[in-house]
Amino acid sequence: MKLALSFLAGLLIALPANAQQAPDALVKTVTLEVVELIAADGEIRSGNRAKLISLVDAKVIPHFNFEAMTQLAMGQSWRKADAAQKSRLVQEFKTLLVRTYASALSAYSDQKFDFRPLRARPTDTDVTVQVRVLQQGAQPVPIDYSMEKTAAGWKVYDVMVGGVSLVANYRTEFNNIVRDSGIEGLIKNLDSKNRSLDPAGQPKK
Amino acid sequence: MSAMRILLLPLLLLGGCATTGEGDPRDPFEGLNRGIYKFNDTVDGVILRPAAEVYRDFVPRGVRDRVRNFFGNLGDPLIAIHNLLQGKVNEAIDDGWRFVLNTTVGLAGIHDVATDLGLEKHNEDFGQTFGRWGAGPGPYLVLPIFGSSTVRDGIGLAADWYADPMGEIRPINLRNTVLVVRGVQTRADLLEAGRLLEEAALDRYVFQRDAYLQRRRSLVYDGRPPRERFE
Repeated sequence: MKLALSFLAGLLIALPANAQQAPDALVKTVTLEVVELIAADGEIRSGNRAKLISLVDAKVIPHFNFEAMTQLAMGQSWRKADAAQKSRLVQEFKTLLVRTYASALSAYSDQKFDFRPLRARPTDTDVTVQVRVLQQGAQPVPIDYSMEKTAAGWKVYDVMVGGVSLVANYRTEFNNIVRDSGIEGLIKNLDSKNRSLDPAGQPKK
Repeated sequence: MSAMRILLLPLLLLGGCATTGEGDPRDPFEGLNRGIYKFNDTVDGVILRPAAEVYRDFVPRGVRDRVRNFFGNLGDPLIAIHNLLQGKVNEAIDDGWRFVLNTTVGLAGIHDVATDLGLEKHNEDFGQTFGRWGAGPGPYLVLPIFGSSTVRDGIGLAADWYADPMGEIRPINLRNTVLVVRGVQTRADLLEAGRLLEEAALDRYVFQRDAYLQRRRSLVYDGRPPRERFE
């Protein structure tokens, strides 16, 4: 319930302010804000996962289009799902991605970001925003956000980390499970995965 | 050499179940690969990961960074050669400067001063060089201990080990110690990725395989692979 509320609050705050913001500026603002919030929060830094997840929920999630991500990850299998199944799939996939995202963030330790200039025409409605995480003694890790312009501002529909597309990486898994046990099997599979990751004491959405 | 025979044992045992019905065309040896994957997982859980965790928990981060820098620096000359082989002369010159600066100003490589000066580290190996020359990845392979690979990258890995300056260290005991430290360091750097994989994947084998193939494709094209069309 608390999660749902903070999610709503995030939506309300985020939407009007960011509706006209350019995609690269949006990525930069959100990234720096989230990193700053984590740095300032002793509880999150000492491993309070539930709190980190609610931060991600409030600040990051409003800028993602989970329906598009689920659809892309499902590939041809998307058409086999009915409307109710689709919305459950989106919900489960979203929960999983938020967890993963929070988990990746918790590994963050004062690396520097290099926000690349956006290479796109002002009329483009589908762009890639590139950020690189710089680290000593290793190659920078590129993070590419594929973003699409919608009525509610720019929305992320895929994230590529080090050349690995998150959405594409789920496609084989999803298709294998749908082939073996159908759409319901996939929903069940995602649900039990999410349950197994549920931090103790955290209310389920 | 008996270690080698132990490593090859699962290969022989599992040779029989190499083909499955509707497999992934990129992974014709999935049955065999999954067997080796399981074997690696066991070895990793018993030896490699615990060692890496002890290293991470007891060696301060500053020291670990220097160990990583030290080995990274020794790898830069070979990376320069790979860039030359791939016709990327400017990158090769950068790698050369990285090695000179880090070896001298960076005190035998324990400080990566070159990165601070804007000379970024590159990621190159024989697998990528072969790829740049036009070799496709070939079937996916899971190598004992080394893990995800392909036919192309496996051959590349062997070549890189042959070209590895660490192999020249004598006496053998010292060489082995150095290789173990480097191995533990490398594994420790992968602990986070391993945890993420564990959390994100529904089928860890498939998730890791697909991530590996995507990652290698991206590396061959230096992060700018031609766009693949969505099915």
